[in-house]
Amino acid sequence: MGLLSKKDQKLILDPLSDDNPITIQVLGICSALAITAQLKASIVMAVSVLFVLGIGNVVISLMRNIIPSKIRIIVQLIVVATLVIIVDQVLKAYAYSLSKELSVFVGLIITNCIIMGRFEAFALGNGPYKSFLDGIGNALGYGVILIIVGFFRELLGSGTLLGFKVLGDPIEKTGLYSIGYENNGFMLLSPMALIVVGLIIWVQRSKNPALVEEN
Amino acid sequence: MANTDGNGYTIGFATIMVIVVGGILAALATGLKPAIKENERFEKQQNILYAMGVNENGDDTGSVNFIPTDKVEEEFTKYIKETYIIQGGKIAQSDEAFKVDMKKESKLAKSTRKMPLYVGERDGKKFYVIPMYGKGLWDAIWGYVALDDQLVVQGATFDHKGETPGLGANIKERYFMDDFIGESIMNNGKYAGITVAKGNNDPKNLTKDDNEVDAMAGATITGDGVTAMIKSTLKSYIPHIQKLK
Repeated sequence: MGLLSKKDQKLILDPLSDDNPITIQVLGICSALAITAQLKASIVMAVSVLFVLGIGNVVISLMRNIIPSKIRIIVQLIVVATLVIIVDQVLKAYAYSLSKELSVFVGLIITNCIIMGRFEAFALGNGPYKSFLDGIGNALGYGVILIIVGFFRELLGSGTLLGFKVLGDPIEKTGLYSIGYENNGFMLLSPMALIVVGLIIWVQRSKNPALVEEN
Repeated sequence: MANTDGNGYTIGFATIMVIVVGGILAALATGLKPAIKENERFEKQQNILYAMGVNENGDDTGSVNFIPTDKVEEEFTKYIKETYIIQGGKIAQSDEAFKVDMKKESKLAKSTRKMPLYVGERDGKKFYVIPMYGKGLWDAIWGYVALDDQLVVQGATFDHKGETPGLGANIKERYFMDDFIGESIMNNGKYAGITVAKGNNDPKNLTKDDNEVDAMAGATITGDGVTAMIKSTLKSYIPHIQKLK
């Protein structure tokens, strides 16, 4: 990280831990619930958001002095939507199978409140370079949580990771299943994502009591 | 800096933004359309061939391996011998079958609907590949089922637009699609279709004459959608296939 100043480092590293968009700001929960039943989907979503948030933050930051304040939210929405459609179309033309994997998530990127949140809170008031770092940092913070949740949900719910049967075969009763282990189908349902996120929040706050809000 | 709060500025900004964004997207969509259409055509050919067992699965039992896109065109013309369109109870050979838009046709009444049928031949055996289109839990599901002369399923492929990952989306997984192979759609001479059944006490799908395949846990509605799609589609094809063979 020798390339970045202390302040810039903070922009990237803070959202990974003490200012995480999901566990601290509790943004982007809807997509975290929807797509974390499988690890692969989580990774794909994390990469897509990284791309859209990084570029979107730069675009908004470049336009920050000319955007009329009355319609700034709509302008932000148009920027996200345009970026997402561009990504979608280019993938469809040149990486068709990947675009099929992404199908559902592309729409979800637009509705991700982290993206609008960063545009509004950061890119509108800071230069393009800082906005880019902020976008990358927040997307990484979002992605890390997504991947952790996806890891546990797929492992405990389906007994697989990225589609590989890591715990053995549930029908042939091999591996762990031979001693009576069963997949927990409940892990695949959305409420369990919320509970896993809740557990992460609990662990994080008990390790760092400064994060706990005073009542 | 101009006053960015004025009404005139706001309207002007919005207008310019809409024109610029609209222009970019329109140019992009037009420029990429041929490539996207081609991808969609390849995918359809891959699916039809996959259903009749022309694929690159080899010894791999876990994942779905289609014929690669650079070879699919050639293989498709090699294996698919005849294409038909069934409409209003009549069957006619037609080169337009591949172009039939299943989504559009699914909205029409059954009596006027165009129903394509692909007849393929592999290793001297005839395959009748039937395209189908139905509803899952969230959105459309579709697929291709290949039957032989005896109306026994030789292969199936399914896909979906937006079923839940890890649950309903598993209809496009190998273990689900492979279960259909060998199932008969007739029961004692009567049409029965194939039911995606819960609790059929046959999770390994060893009984092939029960007209049932094992359902996916947690995806009841998607499974029911597959059942309904298969039942209603195959029914209208049976008399025509029996005539053709």
